[in-house]
Amino acid sequence: MTADSNTINIAIQHRLNNSRAQTFCLDVNLQLPGKGITAIFGESGSGKTTLLRCLAGLEKMLNGEIHVKGLVWQSGLEIKPVHERRVGYVFQESSLFSHLNVEQNIGYGVKRSPVMLSKPNYEKIIELMGLYSLLERFPEKLSGGERQRVAIARALLIEPDILLMDEPLASLDGRRKQEIMPYLESMHEKLDVPIIYVTHSIDEVARLADHLVVLQEGTVMAEGPLGEVLANTDLPIKLGEDTGVVFEATVAERDDDWNLLRAEFLGGELWVRDGGDSLDQSIRIRVLARDVSLALNAHTDTSIINRLRGRIEKIHEDEDRAMLLVRLVVGEVKLLARVSRRSAHQLAIKIGDEVWAQIKGVAILR
Amino acid sequence: MVVFRNWQFIGLVLLTGLSSIRASIDADEATIAVASNFSAAAQQLAADFENKSGHKINLVFGSSGRFYAQISNAAPFDAFLSADQEKPLALVENELAIKDSLFTYARGALVLWSADSEKVNNSVDVLRSNSFNKIALANPRLAPYGVAANEVIEGLGLSNDLSKKMVLGENVVQAYQFVATENAEIGLVAYSQVFFAGQLSAGSVWIVAEELYDPIRQDAVLLNRGQSNRAASAFLEFVKSHEGQATIQSFGYRAVES
Amino acid sequence: MFSEGDVTAIFLTLRLATTVTLILLVLGAPLAWWLARTNSRLKGPIGAFVALPLVLPPTVLGFYLLLTLGPNGPIGQVTQSLGLGTLAFSYSGLVIGSVLYSLPFVVQPLQNSFEAIGDRPLEVAATLGASPIDRYFSIAIPMAKPGFFTAAVLGFAHTVGEFGVVLMIGGNIPGETRVISVQIYDHVEALAYDEANRLALLMIVFSFLVLLSVYGLRKKSQRQILRFGS
Repeated sequence: MTADSNTINIAIQHRLNNSRAQTFCLDVNLQLPGKGITAIFGESGSGKTTLLRCLAGLEKMLNGEIHVKGLVWQSGLEIKPVHERRVGYVFQESSLFSHLNVEQNIGYGVKRSPVMLSKPNYEKIIELMGLYSLLERFPEKLSGGERQRVAIARALLIEPDILLMDEPLASLDGRRKQEIMPYLESMHEKLDVPIIYVTHSIDEVARLADHLVVLQEGTVMAEGPLGEVLANTDLPIKLGEDTGVVFEATVAERDDDWNLLRAEFLGGELWVRDGGDSLDQSIRIRVLARDVSLALNAHTDTSIINRLRGRIEKIHEDEDRAMLLVRLVVGEVKLLARVSRRSAHQLAIKIGDEVWAQIKGVAILR
Repeated sequence: MVVFRNWQFIGLVLLTGLSSIRASIDADEATIAVASNFSAAAQQLAADFENKSGHKINLVFGSSGRFYAQISNAAPFDAFLSADQEKPLALVENELAIKDSLFTYARGALVLWSADSEKVNNSVDVLRSNSFNKIALANPRLAPYGVAANEVIEGLGLSNDLSKKMVLGENVVQAYQFVATENAEIGLVAYSQVFFAGQLSAGSVWIVAEELYDPIRQDAVLLNRGQSNRAASAFLEFVKSHEGQATIQSFGYRAVES
Repeated sequence: MFSEGDVTAIFLTLRLATTVTLILLVLGAPLAWWLARTNSRLKGPIGAFVALPLVLPPTVLGFYLLLTLGPNGPIGQVTQSLGLGTLAFSYSGLVIGSVLYSLPFVVQPLQNSFEAIGDRPLEVAATLGASPIDRYFSIAIPMAKPGFFTAAVLGFAHTVGEFGVVLMIGGNIPGETRVISVQIYDHVEALAYDEANRLALLMIVFSFLVLLSVYGLRKKSQRQILRFGS
């Protein structure tokens, strides 16, 4: 295993007995990027939380390799104890110390830091998480969303080598989730620390992740940059209505008359609703397979604004037996389209064909 | 009316009938409160008495002070063998016991004893020599053996010297425990505790000269509740009798002069 | 109102109970912590040993203490070789006896409180850089405050009321081992019922006031404690 200073290397073979007295085996061998957000996606029971806990050192593994940006956290039987790792961990249920107020909670790790932490950093994170007005309060007087923000700030303030987040939004209702999202997104933008984000929500993955690991029953089913993995028609985890692709584009033009933006990427462009983004800003776009239909010829007499020409790369069975999943290459971007088998037969489409993808709905994630 | 023909039931009736018949014809049952320092002798007396008379005797052992309190609050005792004279007298004066039944049943003797077979050299020397860690005795405020022990110490002029080394047991039984476990190297305990059939059972001893203390008299009395109880009166008579007194003396008590 | 002997007994009892409670809190907390968190095989036997004074008659405990502290017993031999003599009939011996006798009354409430904390707060503290000892002092102890209250009150009250053990190993020495409970017993034995009553009444009133004030104090700090999981 190469001790690369910019990756996170994880090799774990860990057996544990879960609460149902069954033996569960986690078997992963990953090399993750040392920056950005890596999402670990899977259903409950897939081992996501176990993986995170093993990473942090909260589960005692008898054997394993964990190297974080060149630092050895575990190598075989040599294990660095949890409190000696600079790991930030945000639990699902914030887990704030009930006997300390917000300021003392976030200061807990700071006090114990072996290195001097910067004051400006302290201010920046409090600002980032919007905690100024909450400092004197005790956890029981905070809302769920506020508690999670405190928990995140607490983990960030120790300037960890890596930030681990275990389904941080799972215990929040829709409104609170929407409240926190912007904080998570700006965290991604403004901070350097690599984040490993465990979730079972593909929406969160789509919005936040740069890199994706798909876990099922303790093994890695797929891993890679977000766009690649999502475009993979072979995913053993069925995403159903959420099947779709995610990619980055740049704002090239604004049309104030029609309240639209033109987003450009290598190989094409899309008109999307103007959400206030400025020129040259990079935005993340999501296109669901159910919103893409195929045509052999370009149609201008429809209400669908966006049309892209692409080449069929792969045709795959869909979980819905009446449908097929078709993958197109459009420049540097891949699209997934869900079409009925009957239509595919009638249009006689096959791999290598050039077709028009008509895109009914485009979501801007950020 | 249903006529009951079950043989088991009839048998049961007969049995209970018979035992109650037996109880009411010949034998009575009595409950006697006995000072704990007299337990061994009391058990022997009760066994002998039961054999002779057919009556049944239940013995309850404990501290005389506690018995006094309980008897004053209608405890179900028929007679009382106290460790001292004071409490039976008090009961009589409070009209809780029968005056005419009051008598001295035993006279105790004091010894200076050590579990160490070389400590006490059959003389008072060890007391004067001060070569011991603690001396145990019964609490003079509570127990006649303690009163006697205190008299001895004062009489010998050793109160000041020994005061720092005195350890008080709640009664002479506890004082004995302190010495037997060697937590106190010597102690003033009862002759009956260390002599069996005239022989010293262990350790070393000095039999304290009788002139040094007032006789330790233990009195017995019939209580109001036991007034019509034949077993109780008969037992007290037995204790007073020649045979009873001989038994008591064999347990290490002095003869009771009248 | 009270004789000099009574007053001495009162102060001796208070001194004994305070000393014993403090010793038990300091020594009992780590023990309770270990019992709460360990998976070792020794947990059962040690837990049972701690609980023994709950079921043993005090006189039994006192009797075996008498033997143990004596010159032929294990502790007695140690103290003798250290030049300390034997511990029966001394204040120190009484402290030892009381510590053993009141042990479960302090350790068990503490153990329950520690168990109630669960693993999560400690895991969090570990990720924030707290070593095991640091976690004990900065998280476990503050979060177990209710347990400490209960343990202190029970330990104190239990020691004040102790009788059987003192009777066995005390030797009734004024100012050293003649505590209130023995003093009352002696008054009763000596048929001095008035003195017994006065002293007994004092004990009841005192115990009641102590419990009242401690439970009052406890309510105030209740606010901060144990709504964990939020």
